[in-house]
Amino acid sequence: MSPGSKNEFLNERQRLACRRHYLWLRAKTIQSIRRFFIKHDYLEVETPQLIPAPPPEPHIDAIPSGALYLHTSPELYMKRMLSAGYPKIFQIGKCFRQGERGALHLPEFTLLEWYKVGIDYIALMEECEELILSVCRDLGMGQKIESQEKIIDLKRPWERISVSEAFNRYTHLTPDKALEQGVFDEVMVTEIEPCLDMTTPVFLYDYPAPLAALARLKKGNPKLAERFEIYIAGLELANGFSELVDAKEQRLRFEEHRKQRSNLRKQAYPMPERFLESLEHMPEAAGIALGVDRLVMILAGKSKIDDVVSFTPEEL
Amino acid sequence: MYAASDLRKGLKIQIDNEPYVIIDFQFSKPGKGQSLYRCKLKNMITGAIINPTYRSGDTFEQADLEERKMQYLYGQEGEFCFMDVENYEQTFLSTDQVGEAKNFLTDNLEANILFFGEKAIGITLPNFVDLTVTKADPWAKGDSVTGDTKPVTMETSYVLRVPPFVEENTKITIDTRTGEYVTRVKE
Repeated sequence: MSPGSKNEFLNERQRLACRRHYLWLRAKTIQSIRRFFIKHDYLEVETPQLIPAPPPEPHIDAIPSGALYLHTSPELYMKRMLSAGYPKIFQIGKCFRQGERGALHLPEFTLLEWYKVGIDYIALMEECEELILSVCRDLGMGQKIESQEKIIDLKRPWERISVSEAFNRYTHLTPDKALEQGVFDEVMVTEIEPCLDMTTPVFLYDYPAPLAALARLKKGNPKLAERFEIYIAGLELANGFSELVDAKEQRLRFEEHRKQRSNLRKQAYPMPERFLESLEHMPEAAGIALGVDRLVMILAGKSKIDDVVSFTPEEL
Repeated sequence: MYAASDLRKGLKIQIDNEPYVIIDFQFSKPGKGQSLYRCKLKNMITGAIINPTYRSGDTFEQADLEERKMQYLYGQEGEFCFMDVENYEQTFLSTDQVGEAKNFLTDNLEANILFFGEKAIGITLPNFVDLTVTKADPWAKGDSVTGDTKPVTMETSYVLRVPPFVEENTKITIDTRTGEYVTRVKE
């Protein structure tokens, strides 16, 4: 008997057997998400995964594929559909990001994005609450879920805390100071995230304007963007915002971000011209991207993303 | 040269002219923010632990480490002397640097000595070594049950538990990674 071969086979069998329950949960979660959006009259869409010009965000890197790129999110194309007269759309699909691998990251992951015309980020937060509660109901979990030995009460309304309030509560810095010193992300991960309330989902909202590539600035306070993140059990689950619909402003931001990418010596992407053109006709809307793998992690009570997918990149 | 994205558990890098091994590693990336690589590093010379956070764009030098096959000559006053089997050069390791390996060192044993630049900093033993039992209580028949073990002392003063049939002056094989008995050596 060749050593290893039988063992490897057994290991894969055993590994997938261990994940069977979570893969069931995953399938049921996705089915439930679909049910929610169909019930609320959203159209399920599929936009191309191979695209010529990913958004030039400074810290999100696309994986090249021939002369094109695998999309990092379906955002630009879904917004083109909004501009062309589709008011309520959702998509569940694979997205790809270069170099992202950790307990909470896979370079290929499943993203749920949805957009609705005529609402802003505040209304979108409420829809998020409804969605997660609806999924938990479908899965027979009720309003309280147990995740990694923590009880999370999903009763509405969830906690809402602004970024500046979070900095004030948990750090000795203001968001602006942190940005100035180049430590915003670090402070967020090491000081704020661990302190967020774990017994309820939390909306962290109103991010500093420079941290929003595609979000609208806050009415009455242009130093902030109408953007929020959802945290459940300390896990960052979704990023939503009121959409920026000003093509000129969007071009300026893209140019600024292209400069940042170039300073970081990162690959330059072509300007997404047709997206910018379409923005001229885009209605007011809000949209959000939610990590489906992470939602399954929360529902399954797992701390590693590996446990909720059939194969990780290392297992291929 | 390594990039931040190359960082992983077990990788050995050089910081301020000292070698470090990554003993824990966490990738995080908040919101649309930058990638953060939170590391736990152990200094391979002093054993000190540090917890730095790196970002994409940071680069790291590979630690200048080399293993050489050397023969154990003798130990005295907290120093252990090894000789390069090719060029007969001698080098010394301290008790701390030798660590648990001292339990298995016998004259002329060949082991890999880890060098950082020109400095010896550690030792990796063969996975299995054969040592002689110098002290063992006789096997008292009657009060033994299969699966029983008894303590014996080896020629290096190392004490471990072995099956009851192992007697004084027997040579046994020990797994240096676990420090456990493997088998009797057939002469």
